[in-house]
Amino acid sequence: MGDVLNADLAHWLIQASYFLAAILFISGLKKMSHPTTARGGVIWAGLGMLVATLITYLEPGMNNYMLMTVAIFVGGVLAWWSGKRVAMTDMPQMIALYNGMGGGSAAAIAAVELLRVLTGAGLTHEAVAARELAVLGALIGTIAFSGSLIAFAKLQGWMRKVYRFKGQQVFNGLVFVALIYLGVMLATSDFSLAQFTAFFVLALLFGVLMTVPIGGADMPVVISLYNALTGLAVGVEGFVLQNPAMMIAGIVVGSAGTLLTQLMAKAMNRPLSNVLFAGFGTGDDGGSSSEVSGSMKAIDAADAAITMAYAEKVVIVPGYGMAVAQAQHKIWELTQLLRSKGVKVLFAIHPVAGRMPGHMNVLLAEAGVPYDLIEDLEDINSQFPNTDVALVIGANDVVNPAARKDTSSPIYGMPILDADKARNVFVVKRGQGTGFSGIENLLFFEDNTRMCYGDAQEVAQKLIQGVKSL
Amino acid sequence: MEGFVALYIFMLAAFTGYEVISKVPVILHTPLMSGSNFVHGIVLVGAMVALGSASSTTEQVIGFVAVLLGAGNAVGGYVVTERMLEMFKSSKGDK
Repeated sequence: MGDVLNADLAHWLIQASYFLAAILFISGLKKMSHPTTARGGVIWAGLGMLVATLITYLEPGMNNYMLMTVAIFVGGVLAWWSGKRVAMTDMPQMIALYNGMGGGSAAAIAAVELLRVLTGAGLTHEAVAARELAVLGALIGTIAFSGSLIAFAKLQGWMRKVYRFKGQQVFNGLVFVALIYLGVMLATSDFSLAQFTAFFVLALLFGVLMTVPIGGADMPVVISLYNALTGLAVGVEGFVLQNPAMMIAGIVVGSAGTLLTQLMAKAMNRPLSNVLFAGFGTGDDGGSSSEVSGSMKAIDAADAAITMAYAEKVVIVPGYGMAVAQAQHKIWELTQLLRSKGVKVLFAIHPVAGRMPGHMNVLLAEAGVPYDLIEDLEDINSQFPNTDVALVIGANDVVNPAARKDTSSPIYGMPILDADKARNVFVVKRGQGTGFSGIENLLFFEDNTRMCYGDAQEVAQKLIQGVKSL
Repeated sequence: MEGFVALYIFMLAAFTGYEVISKVPVILHTPLMSGSNFVHGIVLVGAMVALGSASSTTEQVIGFVAVLLGAGNAVGGYVVTERMLEMFKSSKGDK
């Protein structure tokens, strides 16, 4: 197709389009960082993607157009279909899945380039350090690929178990050393097909090994990290292919993703290294460490409804349980009902409630809860002592007072919502077990806490009926 | 492209990414992660070039996989982000 047009004109058009795409990506991301302009932002970025993809067909000296179009069509349709039908609660794992695809794609590009070196054809562009960068991108992209897929499997519930064994970190370290050795071989000397294959297999294995010991509670941080890694891999492969759109978009995402990962780790008050290597959220290093005094006391939904209806101030603390039960609409209905009775109702959102930062905000926004009823951790904590009822719906670790009191707890030091300081605490929970992280929650045993067992949606329905019947 | 020009691009892009995201409210963290996930779907462009220049069958197969995965990243990332942000539009009038 390239020879149809004047080669110079094609080259100019391609470069101009990539330049336009880069502008659209950056301004799109910028717009996405404000609630009012966010939706326009993704459309801008989408436009940039469309322009860049279409113009790439003009790239001179290419063939396999048929295969290319089929691959775009099949990959695009499958992703479109899965993205459209997935429930809002399953969004985190879909991000992990699509992110893994991006990492895999970057790694596959590197594989093609390195195969060209192996067969003697040479890289597409012999730029400075191109081969070294191709290997680096292959390494990062492959790890992001297999790691993201494991994260997807964990959030999807296909892999509930946390796999740990003795000497795991030493083993991982050895795999990594072998990877570096093979990587240096690939980058600098004549390598064999066996070494090429071993490099990719080990990189896949390393991504898996890195992710399996991490508990589900830490998955948001991990997905964010892999998102940043994929961005970096894409940027690095952009250098190899001398493609400015890939370079800029990839590196921008790489650095933005790194910052986002840090923000998330900070919200959990744990350094990133701790998330990756300490095995928090696995349940086997905590849980039993603190002895629990007192017992859990149950309450009927109808009684809880009466207390709430006659309260002055109610603070609702939503968590992943609310997301699973799709209870956000019922909760908003309950809120409106209570407000019509003159009760002041606020929502308290922990930065890492749910499976991703902002996860709860997205769900509450879906149900139509206005922003001004939603409070951050810093603003709401001083208000709990003069709150009549704290209604905890499917949240667990983010309200566990062990983070304040119990120095032996794995979550000690994590900022939490001080729901236990409210006069009454009602906890809506499916069963008596520990939450996603497997840590016993001291809040459930407090004197002012009552447990309301059941599916969050059903309980919310009963609460609505209870308030209505007054 | 000169090596140093590439380094400049790297540096400026890294600062841009950092600046763009540094003042984001918590409520947009998930959509923004999703949005940045979409943006690195630009890998599709590189995958097309890789497949376009593939000669042997092995290269074609790997290139095909690259384009398939890249298209999945771009399209899936867009759909998910768009759906998430659509809900923000509906509640905007309440404030």
